[in-house]
Amino acid sequence: MNDAPMIKAVGLTKRFGDFVAVDGIDFEVRKGESFGLLGPNGAGKSTTMKMISAVSQRSDGELEILGKDPNKKGPEIRAHLGVVPQKDLLDRELKTWENLYVYGRFFGLSKKYLKPKVEELLAFAQLEDKRNSKVDEMSGGMQRRLAIARGLVNEPEILLLDEPTTGLDPQARHILWDRLFRLKENGVTIVITTHYMDEAEQLCDRIIVMDAGKIMAEGSPAELIKTYASKEVLEVRFGTDRNEETAPRLANLAERIEVLPDRILLYTENGEATLEKVIASGLSPITSLVRRASLEDVFLRLTGRTLVD
Amino acid sequence: MTDLRFTPGQAVDVRNAIRGGSWRVAAYRYKNMSKWMSSVIAFGLGNPILNLIAFGLGIGALVDKNTGGHGIAGVGYLQFVAPALLAAAAIQGIVDEVTGPVLDGFIWDEYFFAQAATSLNHKQIINGIMIVASGRGLFTSILYGGVLVGFGAIPLASLLPLILVGVVSSTAWAALVFSWTSRLTDANSVFDIIHRFVMMPMFLFSGTFYPLSSSPIYLQWIGWISPLWHATELGRALTIGTQIPAWLLVVHVLYFVIMFVVGLALTYPVFKRRLFS
Repeated sequence: MNDAPMIKAVGLTKRFGDFVAVDGIDFEVRKGESFGLLGPNGAGKSTTMKMISAVSQRSDGELEILGKDPNKKGPEIRAHLGVVPQKDLLDRELKTWENLYVYGRFFGLSKKYLKPKVEELLAFAQLEDKRNSKVDEMSGGMQRRLAIARGLVNEPEILLLDEPTTGLDPQARHILWDRLFRLKENGVTIVITTHYMDEAEQLCDRIIVMDAGKIMAEGSPAELIKTYASKEVLEVRFGTDRNEETAPRLANLAERIEVLPDRILLYTENGEATLEKVIASGLSPITSLVRRASLEDVFLRLTGRTLVD
Repeated sequence: MTDLRFTPGQAVDVRNAIRGGSWRVAAYRYKNMSKWMSSVIAFGLGNPILNLIAFGLGIGALVDKNTGGHGIAGVGYLQFVAPALLAAAAIQGIVDEVTGPVLDGFIWDEYFFAQAATSLNHKQIINGIMIVASGRGLFTSILYGGVLVGFGAIPLASLLPLILVGVVSSTAWAALVFSWTSRLTDANSVFDIIHRFVMMPMFLFSGTFYPLSSSPIYLQWIGWISPLWHATELGRALTIGTQIPAWLLVVHVLYFVIMFVVGLALTYPVFKRRLFS
């Protein structure tokens, strides 16, 4: 088995004039891995993704994709990538099947290969009924699935998904996650950018948390939560104007607390027990909620901000 | 619901993927064009038929009558304007192929960015569009020339030279227009600008309807810089035998070669910057 990384970045940097969008980051993606770039808008995720997609030249550092330098071997690398950009970029003049077919032809794939492949992808994306529909006749979720199917037409070694479920309703997101999970099970190497913690937790084996062009933390979702958060989180609300003044009385009841404008988060190993202590101390929260710690909490701990500001 | 048969990295032959991309982009454009091919054909046929009626039966009859049957440059008026009309149609038609698809690619559907994510490079995307543009120039010239021959406006022997001039002049012009449209970040007024302020003056002041030397000297410069005038002069020299010095013939040909080369040279770096920087 070849252990060479599919993607290797060392000191990867991208500048736009004086603005540093990606600031010397290091990471590796292994074969068959689902790798996530998590961070808020403007963190540098999409810029990193464009460099990995071999469509954006790095300003500094080293980047190897499939063992090649994308600045020198862009077309060769892209021949083995499947890219699902943030915008679907589908051809609205063409039918669903034609979108898959012409895209496959750009890779030099033969008609003989593409004919069954297109049908297979339509079935995978659950779009058989929409085979002869134009793009505008389909819902946002269907268009997204078509964009993903299109990214698979060349049977890529790495599938790159930039914010795959942004703007989709919960049902459409779950259908999409199911499709992506099947690809992951098939051993496809997946790189995904997202600002949804649940998406990263569902799909990614390993994550880098980015903010302001830098990597704040790296690890599996479970490792990150274990390292930077606690097992459970108790959320209590005392009313917008009372949260700040109540916080000092809660400080000793949990491992750590975060005061947000609308609620206070108490990081603890046992949320219910902590809630009992809160009530026993004479405080009466308007609402309370015990939940499992998530990557949102990790991000909050690392940056002092929520992911979706 | 089915699972994919998937062998990562096995489907694509890299050598096939990176070669011949221009033709695959062209094939895609033709597929797209086929959606409105009927209007391309209707325009390609309707334009010469209407012009023939106007210039043959209308103005042509009047001019021929008033020149004592000598016409202009020793031929009937319709024969005189025929090379210019064919070149004008080719030059006008080809503009469609380097405006709409380019605005679509960068601004509306942004499809160039989808193409850039494949094994295509920026030159292949440009060349593919230019192949289709040339094809449109050829198609328009054949249709126009066929109608001219069919109506007896030009002899059959003139058909091939006129088609050649139509294709060369329109392709060179397309390359230059492409270098402008590739830079656009806003589609507002693009079609108004090009049709009102470029195509219309070109059509009127390039010696299309009368020898350029007949117009006031302060208007003649429009003809000198216009691809339509150079195409018209070439077409007339090759079909009705108007006498032009050899050096001017060379100038006409060089004009188109330079326009083509400069147009593409200005377009390549823009695509590279917008798609791969």
